[in-house]
Amino acid sequence: MITWIKGGEVIDPRSGTKRTLDIVIQKGKIERLLPPGNFSPPGDIDLKIIDASGMIVAPGLIDMHVHFREPGEEHKETIATGSQAAAAGGFTSVACMPNTNPVNDSRSVADFILERARKANLIRVYPVAAISRGLRGESLTEFGDLKQAGAVAVSDDGRPVTSTELMRRAIEYARFFDLPVISHCEDLDLSNKGVMHEGTISTRLGLQGIPAASEEIMVVREILLAKLTGYPVHIAHVSTEGSVAFIKQAKEEGIPVTAETAPHYFSLDHTALTDFDTNAKMRPPLREPRDVEAIKRGLSQGVIDVIATDHAPHSPLEKDVEFDKAAFGIIGLETALSLTLALVREGVIDLPAAMAKLSYNPASILSIKGGIIEEGKEADITIIDLNSEYVVEEEGFESKSHNSPFIGWKMTGKAILTMVGGRIVWESDEQLNPRS
Amino acid sequence: MDQLSVNDINTILDTADAFMEISSRDIKKVPTLRGKSVVSIFYEPSARTKASFEMAAKRLSADTLSLSATDSSMVKGETLIDTARNLQAMNPDIIVLRHSSSGAPHLLARYMDAGVINAGDGMHEHPTQALLDLFTIRKKKGRIKGLKVVIIGDIAHSRVARSDIIGLRKMGADVTISGPPTMIPVDAESLGVRVVFDPAKALRRKDVIMVLRIQLERQSGIQFPSLREYSLFFGLNKELMKRAKKDVIIMHPGPINRGVEITGDVADGPFSVILDQVSNGVAIRMALLYLLIGGGRGDNLD
Repeated sequence: MITWIKGGEVIDPRSGTKRTLDIVIQKGKIERLLPPGNFSPPGDIDLKIIDASGMIVAPGLIDMHVHFREPGEEHKETIATGSQAAAAGGFTSVACMPNTNPVNDSRSVADFILERARKANLIRVYPVAAISRGLRGESLTEFGDLKQAGAVAVSDDGRPVTSTELMRRAIEYARFFDLPVISHCEDLDLSNKGVMHEGTISTRLGLQGIPAASEEIMVVREILLAKLTGYPVHIAHVSTEGSVAFIKQAKEEGIPVTAETAPHYFSLDHTALTDFDTNAKMRPPLREPRDVEAIKRGLSQGVIDVIATDHAPHSPLEKDVEFDKAAFGIIGLETALSLTLALVREGVIDLPAAMAKLSYNPASILSIKGGIIEEGKEADITIIDLNSEYVVEEEGFESKSHNSPFIGWKMTGKAILTMVGGRIVWESDEQLNPRS
Repeated sequence: MDQLSVNDINTILDTADAFMEISSRDIKKVPTLRGKSVVSIFYEPSARTKASFEMAAKRLSADTLSLSATDSSMVKGETLIDTARNLQAMNPDIIVLRHSSSGAPHLLARYMDAGVINAGDGMHEHPTQALLDLFTIRKKKGRIKGLKVVIIGDIAHSRVARSDIIGLRKMGADVTISGPPTMIPVDAESLGVRVVFDPAKALRRKDVIMVLRIQLERQSGIQFPSLREYSLFFGLNKELMKRAKKDVIIMHPGPINRGVEITGDVADGPFSVILDQVSNGVAIRMALLYLLIGGGRGDNLD
């Protein structure tokens, strides 16, 4: 069978360009990429035509930071429901963090995750293995064995490595296996019992604050360790003006660091908490308007390489409680693209740059498939309607959880078709290109 | 206190004035709220506030029921929302809630038709304390507008301070906060106050000195090294009082740690209005119950 995606605007995030092209897909790969009008399909073959005129055809989106909760907290999300949410949001690949129960710190857990992903059979799921056994920050996991099992990176996300010595050795040891090291930067001592950003709003609400310095201290530590070891460190979910400044300076000095932020850090600030909304509670917390501006600048100047969601599903059991008792984290897979497209409309970044941060860059950092539409590559493709308008509804999520601060938001632009290895894994109810 | 307008506050204080008289009668009871029910839930220990609400409700002839953390189903793991739903099913008129989590009354109010009165939530607010403080100041000084007030102590962790600051600023007073920098919240100026760390300087030319309780149970040696040192540098004593105005009043929300944040002689001395605050508290809470139940169900006070 041949799939023929006709007449879409194809984004090339590597060169930062877009061109109207036809894509011919066979056996899960992009066979040909050619200007419209140049392809005549052979008559004797099964042909599926997708008319993408007026649509954006992008490399399948890649989210390098999700929590799929399986094994251990299947009431919040499973690998199957998480994959469904990813596909609906336009994502063809995700990297899932190891803070499950049990922790992904051994081959058997990594195997289990990949087995579940195979059963779900929707998108590519890549496990991120723990840096330390049980996320206890005491001793290293078996990086080599975990890599062979399929882990694409190591991270103690959610429970960051406190010991600087251990972090140094983790980075050095990861180098032997070419495993990226992802750091959730937070000084847990300084964060103490904080539940939101420390500033005017926390002072007003009487909630314990998490100062910006709590993140920045660890960002600086990781930069210094990247310099010391000469091996890259990827900074997860950057949320403060100071972090952006330190990362910018490090990059200018040639220190090998990369960085990601999440859509909520450029879409919301700490005023979202004034009514004690637990759906706006996450870690790192929503910061101040000037941090939001700094994150946008960081994205436009290339200081921040990646947009990742930190998709963190929680059920009402963990969220419909007193604010200080509520769990940290929000879901993000199904709103990330629309929020990023809002940045494009605002003029912060152009569309190819947005797609680079949502596909090409995370693929490069993790050395995984996808991120580019090229002849011979896997046909991981997301078709986007920039003009589709919709309202985010609590009941509308494919995710098992609906802890989102964006419920009720009016969005413009979304994925209407998601294709993994040439197979359509999700298609919106909307008629594709009703004008034709 | 954020939700209350200056007019609301004046109405509450005026109503409390009218109710003061009842508490001085021989028979301290009026039938105003007969047939109404007031349920208080205290998830945190409290003597003064709990007793004050109960007395206020009884003097107005309301039926009262009070639950504490130990008899509440919280110990059995029931969520606050489920507790709210169950109470709502019994159709009370007013819920009085004391809770250790900031924002808990907001959560409760979302699930209740009954009015919810915040009797102190975490480090957020303690509006009835602020109202009785305003009432006490107005009675003693004849006005609030234009007065200079200093609040000394652990401002960062104090719901009383937060509510007092909001109330005092709304009513036009000038507010200074004072205490060790470890106890002053970040961006404190955003609350509309001046910060003067040293109480010896901060209390000069002030009309009102409010001293906050040092929460002994909270101290771990990180905010300040010892009670001894706290009392030496931040406690209110006779020596410091020499720098104060001659007609100053001293307030304290209680319970007092004598010899820590305030010495016994000052607490019991001529400037102290600490016991007036307690008497006024009953009148303020009577006024609130009256206004909230009289004003129709579904009103909340925070």
